[in-house]
Amino acid sequence: MAELTYRDAVTRGIAQEMARDEDVVFLGEDIAKAGGVFKTTVGLLEQFGPRRVRDTPISEQAIMGAAMGAAMTGLKPIAEIMFSDFFAVCFDYIANEFSKSRYMSNGQVRCPLVVRTANGAGVRFGAQHSQSVENWAMMIPGLKVVAPSTPEDVIGLMAAAVRDPDPVIFFEHKGLYPAKGEVPDGEIVDTLGTAKIVRPGKDTTILALAMMVPRALAAAETLKTEAGIDCEVIDVRSLVPLDTKTILGSVARTNRVFTVEENPRLCGWGAELVSIIADEAFYDLDGPPVRITTPHVPLPAADTLEDIVLPNEARIVETVRRGLGA
Amino acid sequence: MDVLMPQLGETVSSGKIISWFKKVGDKVAPGEDLFEIETDKTSMEVPATVSGTLAEIRVGDGIEAPVGAVVAIIRDEGAMAAPRHELAQGVEPLTRLDPFNEVRTPRGNYGPARLASGICVTPLARRLAREYGVDLAAIAGSGPRDRIVKADIERARSLVAEVPAPAATQSGGYTETPLTNIRKIIAQRLTEAKQTIPHFYLTTDVAIDKLLALRTEINSSLAAQKIDAKISVNDFAIRGVAIALRQVPAVNATFTATAIRQYRDVDVSVAVATNDGLITPIIRRADTKTLLQVSTEMKSLVARARDGKLRPEEFQGGGFSISNLGMYGVKQFQAVINPPQACILAIGAGERRAVARGEILGVATLMTCTLSVDHRVVDGALGGRFLQAFKASLEDPISLLV
Repeated sequence: MAELTYRDAVTRGIAQEMARDEDVVFLGEDIAKAGGVFKTTVGLLEQFGPRRVRDTPISEQAIMGAAMGAAMTGLKPIAEIMFSDFFAVCFDYIANEFSKSRYMSNGQVRCPLVVRTANGAGVRFGAQHSQSVENWAMMIPGLKVVAPSTPEDVIGLMAAAVRDPDPVIFFEHKGLYPAKGEVPDGEIVDTLGTAKIVRPGKDTTILALAMMVPRALAAAETLKTEAGIDCEVIDVRSLVPLDTKTILGSVARTNRVFTVEENPRLCGWGAELVSIIADEAFYDLDGPPVRITTPHVPLPAADTLEDIVLPNEARIVETVRRGLGA
Repeated sequence: MDVLMPQLGETVSSGKIISWFKKVGDKVAPGEDLFEIETDKTSMEVPATVSGTLAEIRVGDGIEAPVGAVVAIIRDEGAMAAPRHELAQGVEPLTRLDPFNEVRTPRGNYGPARLASGICVTPLARRLAREYGVDLAAIAGSGPRDRIVKADIERARSLVAEVPAPAATQSGGYTETPLTNIRKIIAQRLTEAKQTIPHFYLTTDVAIDKLLALRTEINSSLAAQKIDAKISVNDFAIRGVAIALRQVPAVNATFTATAIRQYRDVDVSVAVATNDGLITPIIRRADTKTLLQVSTEMKSLVARARDGKLRPEEFQGGGFSISNLGMYGVKQFQAVINPPQACILAIGAGERRAVARGEILGVATLMTCTLSVDHRVVDGALGGRFLQAFKASLEDPISLLV
């Protein structure tokens, strides 16, 4: 057991897989010599050498294209897109190319690659470097999508993503990089498509992802002490595949559900989950499902404004109290 | 590798193989001619595109096949370059995507979201109210805008459950048993039936001497055949009702707000007493079943009714009911209609009675049967005709066997 930051967990996760399998290679902008602009990949170049850890030109399309080619010809690349907002400049590869190669080749050509990227707000980077775009990836058939919230999950899901024979989009949250957590020693391998109940409770279910998980947990504690509301908090972790068993099972016990989403409201991931719940768990619901999201606005760079638009503990507490009439 | 019938021109839909140049087992190489084909426009040789062994010819000389059909199979002999790192073939993903994401929409429906009073009920509260037998109209809601929520159902349920406890310990003058769901439903349905259905009653005596004699004969025959079954008078009555319903189908009906609904199938409900109360399992399409089938089925339904193991479709529905208290020596009674059905036949005990035969007094075994009728659906004459048909079939019991 050791305490590790989320940032260092990224390094350890990549290193664990590169040490295990020499087909795993790593490429991206400033990830080698500089150790990553968020210092998430420090030491990997020294440990695995320039053949396997490569700096690329500032061209997201080139990174995606190179990763796709490498994956098609037998390697297992991990490619970094520095900010998830930049998915927009290489979206053809993501939406049309590596997500479709297995299907279009009748299973003959697979793309076992991982695209890891710094997602989310909270660090004052403004409208083009702060977005939560997990819903962009979620809507593309052919992709798997995970977004861990703890250092341990970063390592375990990174291993699962690298070992999966299909493309996986791996959303790290840049607001969580300094967060610390206990991490077991030795190899950690998790499973894609599994959610985690991070706080059991009986009065309502709160579904959260990435940086919204610690906020939902803090809100749950406040709700317990101030209003006696016992919240079950689920870290959804994997949007595709989605662990509907855990989610619907929780709703069946608590009969209420709130989502806490950092993505803007329209077509956020919670909309899809709520639609599934409304359909499959209709007669388990004792009140409307409620979504707590960032409003449908470009993210402001000003700190006070950014703090207002993102769901925070106070807003979660207030919304859940109002929703439960407590 | 499949060898396909090639497309020879845009409008050509099939080709005829004139002859094969290779035979099964031959080695082939790319460019070597395999076979010659002919279409309505042209003829040409078709070469192999891969090397290997011709393993199978599926379309022989002189036979026509559609474009794209597999005409032969060439077994690969390492001619295709082996992919580096064995290209993901056969690798199973660690986690399977479920692309069609089968949605399991609940099949049941637990009534409207808005009550007649305008009060809303949450989906969960509706489901729980149905499961616990709580009357939504009788409780107040505590949710937003007086919506009835789970907590209100739980409260209503706990009140019902709490009442008898003090009563049983206090006075000593009586004991109270809390209402079970089935008892509540029986109470509600029968009150509704007696209050809203204009009942009238028709009574007749059925002579069952022939029937009893036939029954004895059948049962000894069954015993001789080592068939583990015994036909009861009740089984005869079920058959008799079924045949009478076929003859007078207008009785096999239900009153609705806008129409008289007449059922196509003859499904006979039979009242069965259980420890929890009355239940009416159904002999479906009783008119198509033999006495032995009716008897066997009834035995199984009764056993499972007493164990509380009937499936809903085994007791929900039915077009006509029978209630038989003959085994308790009841001479005659009037049953309450089992809604939404229109009639129920109450059967009394078979009894040796004096009867006048012309001017002479004789003895016969008579069974008094009373039909309770919903006057909205069935008029007196129609009910009389049904009873007549029933009486006739039981008094000529051979008719029940054919």
